[in-house]
Amino acid sequence: MIDYNNFINKKISTVKPSGIRKFFDIANEMDDVISLSIGEPDFQTPWHIREEGINSLKKGKTWYSPNRGFAELREEIAAYYKRRFGIEYDAKKQTLVTVGGSEAIDLVFRTLLDPGDEVIIPEPSFVCYEPLTVMADGVPVIINTKNEDNFRLKASDLRAAITPKTKLLVLPFPNNPTGAIMEREDLEEIAEVIKEHNIFILSDEIYCELTYGNKNHVSIAEIDGMYERTIVVNGFSKSYAMTGWRLGYALGPVPVIAQMTKLHQYGIMSAPTTAQYAAIEALRNGDRDVEMMRGEYDMRRRLVVDSFNAMGLTCFEPLGAFYVFPCIKITGLTSEEFCTRLIMDKHVAVVPGTAFGESGEGFVRVSYSYSIKHLKIALERIKEFLDELKKG
Amino acid sequence: MDKLLKLLSENSGFTTAEIAAMLGEPEDYIKAQIKEYENSGVIKGYQAVVNWDMVDDSYVEALIELQVTPKKETGFDEMAELCMGFEEVESLYLMAGTYDFALIVRGESMQDIAMFVAKKLSTIDGVLSTGTHFIMRRYKDRGACLFSDEEKRDGRHLIL
Repeated sequence: MIDYNNFINKKISTVKPSGIRKFFDIANEMDDVISLSIGEPDFQTPWHIREEGINSLKKGKTWYSPNRGFAELREEIAAYYKRRFGIEYDAKKQTLVTVGGSEAIDLVFRTLLDPGDEVIIPEPSFVCYEPLTVMADGVPVIINTKNEDNFRLKASDLRAAITPKTKLLVLPFPNNPTGAIMEREDLEEIAEVIKEHNIFILSDEIYCELTYGNKNHVSIAEIDGMYERTIVVNGFSKSYAMTGWRLGYALGPVPVIAQMTKLHQYGIMSAPTTAQYAAIEALRNGDRDVEMMRGEYDMRRRLVVDSFNAMGLTCFEPLGAFYVFPCIKITGLTSEEFCTRLIMDKHVAVVPGTAFGESGEGFVRVSYSYSIKHLKIALERIKEFLDELKKG
Repeated sequence: MDKLLKLLSENSGFTTAEIAAMLGEPEDYIKAQIKEYENSGVIKGYQAVVNWDMVDDSYVEALIELQVTPKKETGFDEMAELCMGFEEVESLYLMAGTYDFALIVRGESMQDIAMFVAKKLSTIDGVLSTGTHFIMRRYKDRGACLFSDEEKRDGRHLIL
């Protein structure tokens, strides 16, 4: 008998499986489950964007793209950051097209980290930063953001977490799962701390187009002195409902992008060709689609926040992404218990806050990337669940 | 575009509390606004979007093109008024292009509609020609997809 553990890397064995999965597996066993657990747009990719992908296939454009991605696409990406955030990137030297934002995140860790380097990760946040840091020989240092701070990263907490070994700060805003954003003033305070130390920033801006209440996304790269020490990671999945196309990108200083490109070249070669043609169309003619989807999400967001608050599950106003993060402490249940009982009793799937870090205890993540009809049924069931809990 | 009207035109089944939440306005304001739209005639009514193809006791619809001679004084309005008077006429539009009016006509059978066109419509003084196109199947009606259940089409997987 082979002992496979002898063959498997020690670090990967210690990486925990994602906590989002568990509830999905339960949900899969039931046939009338209303899920509010999925973290991707419910919209299909806008037709004109799909059409450009199809056209490229019709024309027989089925070869690899250049390693860094098509020049045309990289120019559009650079133009987009200029137009949208006023930040200038050299399309040729400062952009890299990747397989989703996820690949770019992985590349940043593996390009920057030496063994023992510390990476500061604010939590609750998306599940990939910690395991990918570990696999890149880094040491995750967690900062717990708090409900009373609207889950924003506070400069004082950052300062307290920095050690001589700190190399990188992950800035995951707009945030999955909390829906928190960082405004310019918040980022300026963070920048002050960064300037005191020699630290790099990974700014994950995948939800940059999904902000509400007239709060446009601000990239930390816009803040004085931060451009030269920030790698921006972004992609097409959330903004243009293009998750399945698997296309993202990284923007940053020339030497870092150059090394990331090398790694990308050996590990991936190049991002999907068809997706890149579609993405060019998205950046050129997709503004109206983004606006339409944002408007839809915004209505759902208000409805869901309002409903949770009315039910007594208090919910700070999330200004980004498509999640709400209601506090369930009033029920006396843990996040896991709440989610387990909700799915068992009422067949509604939401994700425990703890799936996004220990600081998510007492909260659940609710995705509103669903039709209003679907949301209303789910909210009705959650209300019934709470009423029954109260009766005991 | 007026967000309230857009919302109501897509789905008039929301409660005023839900609309107020979604638009971030006080409920009283929404109620007053709707009243005002109803009174002034901006909102003409509320109807269900029915998928008649799923109902046995259904009816037939046709799109009819109408070419007419406009009247010197009243232009197309007089003709429009005559056409509107028939209860068979569901919708009536003045068009730019190769014909003047488009009518959506409803009847119990194709025969029914054919008789209506032959006897009532084409005999109106000033009607030059008619062209009848029967509607075979409705795929989408007023924004609603009729040939598939969108709710069931959620092909997303949880991946992380």
